[in-house]
Amino acid sequence: MSDAIAQLIFLIIKAVLIPLVIVLIVAFAIYFERKFAGFFQSRVGPTYLGPWGCLQSFGDILKLLSKEDVTPDQADKPVFRLAPYIAFLPAFLVMAVLPFGPVGGEPNLFGYRFDYVIANFDAGLMLFLALGALGVYGVLLAGWSSHNNYSLLGGLRAGAQMISYELAMGFSVVGVMLLAGSMNLVDIVNAQAGNFWNWYFIPQIVGGLVFFVASIAELNRTPFDLPEGEQELVAGYLTEYSGMRWGMFLFAEYVNMVVISAITATLYLGGWRAPLEVLSFIPGPIWLFLKICVLIFLYMWIRWTIFRYRYNQLMAIGWKVLVPLSLANLAVTAVVISLVS
Amino acid sequence: MSGEQATKRPTLEELKERKAQTRRRLERTGEILTLSMGPQHPSTHGVYRAELDLDGEVIVAARPEIGNLHRGLEKLCEHRTYHQIIPLTDRLDYISGFAMNHAFCEAAEKLMGVEVPPRGRYIRTIAHELSRIANHILWLGVHVMDLGTQTFFCICFRDREYVLDLFEMLCGARLTHSFARIGGVAKDLPDGFEHRCRKVIDFIPKRVAEYERIIKHNRIYYKRTKGVGIFTAEDCYAWRVTGPPLRAAGVARDLRKDEPYAAYDEVEFEVAVEYNADVYDRFLVRMKEIRESCKIIRQCLDNLPDGPFLAPDAGHALPLKKNVLRDPAAMIQDFYQVFYGPQVPKGEVYRAIEVPKGELGVYIRSEGGPKPARVHFATPSFYHAQAVPALVEGEMLADMVAIFASVDIVLGDCDR
Repeated sequence: MSDAIAQLIFLIIKAVLIPLVIVLIVAFAIYFERKFAGFFQSRVGPTYLGPWGCLQSFGDILKLLSKEDVTPDQADKPVFRLAPYIAFLPAFLVMAVLPFGPVGGEPNLFGYRFDYVIANFDAGLMLFLALGALGVYGVLLAGWSSHNNYSLLGGLRAGAQMISYELAMGFSVVGVMLLAGSMNLVDIVNAQAGNFWNWYFIPQIVGGLVFFVASIAELNRTPFDLPEGEQELVAGYLTEYSGMRWGMFLFAEYVNMVVISAITATLYLGGWRAPLEVLSFIPGPIWLFLKICVLIFLYMWIRWTIFRYRYNQLMAIGWKVLVPLSLANLAVTAVVISLVS
Repeated sequence: MSGEQATKRPTLEELKERKAQTRRRLERTGEILTLSMGPQHPSTHGVYRAELDLDGEVIVAARPEIGNLHRGLEKLCEHRTYHQIIPLTDRLDYISGFAMNHAFCEAAEKLMGVEVPPRGRYIRTIAHELSRIANHILWLGVHVMDLGTQTFFCICFRDREYVLDLFEMLCGARLTHSFARIGGVAKDLPDGFEHRCRKVIDFIPKRVAEYERIIKHNRIYYKRTKGVGIFTAEDCYAWRVTGPPLRAAGVARDLRKDEPYAAYDEVEFEVAVEYNADVYDRFLVRMKEIRESCKIIRQCLDNLPDGPFLAPDAGHALPLKKNVLRDPAAMIQDFYQVFYGPQVPKGEVYRAIEVPKGELGVYIRSEGGPKPARVHFATPSFYHAQAVPALVEGEMLADMVAIFASVDIVLGDCDR
């Protein structure tokens, strides 16, 4: 078997396996979200299905599939039906450029070289930003097509919010790009080789925090969950959705969460690398998984702890705090790099 | 309108002019979005409906609609004896049922000229303050949930359970107590109540300190509530807004102090007052009130007098249940009160007391006989609900829910 054929087979295996793993992580993320919410609120959370209720998400999926799929009479039907998919797909596509283990080097599997990434793509970071920007369309179109004032307001809020916070997010990752000298995520991880003090969250602490806050806003989670702010907009852009279409929005939210956690880990926390060199006998995917888990737990912790911002305050934070901070971070990083080199 | 702008309150003329301008502009451009909020909505606290005209996120006009929970309570009262009305009053403000019983009994007693024995007055005070604590804790939970955090809601519900457990011990019911009677209360304090009650009132102030630690200094809470929903003392007078919103506007009006009833003139407590008249200060006022309530209950338990808890008044009050099958006089009294009702002179009476949500006025007109000719409840929720448009116009949609919760409305109380 030639190397090209082996690489093709590996590619197919990776392309099938990674989405499956993500789906599994998402199913358990939803379960853990409910379980943690229960613990935070002195309840027990789901307990019935499976041991400690851990199969709850699968039961939920079955329930959602068997529910009636209602499309409002006056809705813009094609757009209404398409919106969940538009929200759903971009999140998955980002996984293609995400390294989850060592790439290149010596043959490591049955005499062939197995790269722990689907596409070793030079503009990987750009692809992430671009696909993140596409995600807003699903939400916006869902809100627009539902023919419901709550949905409309939710969709508009989502549009304004995601576009504003993308800016801060984009500026903050430029710092990492400058440090690594590349937009390829594989190179960025390789540039953080060594122990955990080589990770970028130390030189890029401001940029990292801005990125983290902006990513919460991108995910529409508390304190920036205005697009679906239950107490104001009932369910925001999701108001008219039911059954599996609603489930797909929920699913997209969690896939996004996993992906953004993975990207945060890759950019600032050394990706798949072990925190100490001596621990690198544990395979890279496991380290990446652990980092994703920690970040997801942080998102959940924040969600179940604090209040929601008002719309104008959200905008003020985005434009008056995060964007200037990320720009300042960018300038300082650039100056320091040029002075050092 | 941002928080900074809202703290500098414009004059009424300026406000009217600005509103008219916005309205004209929006009508010209057709950019007004009418949002029907409720009657089924997560944060309208029941079945309140408001039609909001929105300019983007800013509310330009609000038209409230109440009456979705109208049950004809006042009419029902006309077909019942005074004793039978007490369970109906539980359904007014079901969050603080005892306060409602109490208000009606105070009014009926004033009409009949019944004197409540000291022990009865003290037990009433204890139960009333317990219902105030339960109400304010629940209020805090839902108010905070309206601002987007659900965990705190659960904490509040857990703490409210302790108070409801006390009520269960006291009268067997957790929400609809029907515990007050004309001339006193239904039962004496059960064994062990005092011990448990002391434990709860030692515990609640600690919890309040924790709430304040979590919420009071929370930046987001502060930003969301400071300078939002300002309703000055003049506004409160104009709209007959009473209770915590009035006290948050710097007016130390509390009927417990001003026109004491039950045992309030025999205990020492402070009226909670704050001065900024916004949502944040209403929160502070309620937290202070919980602490004061605990103080009142502690004093009542310390000084609890002996003696009957129900007036030995054969013409108006029910006899003690344990005597009914032993004492012929009590048996006759029981028959008379249950099958006929109290003997009430002709006349009319208005009595207002301070319930957790504000001032509850009860008007009773009697034409003699065991049933009232007309009963009217001037409930705080009704007046607070009608003030909502004045409160929210010019604010943002997200503030609407915060403001709506901050004046504390229960629709059962509002629609009757």
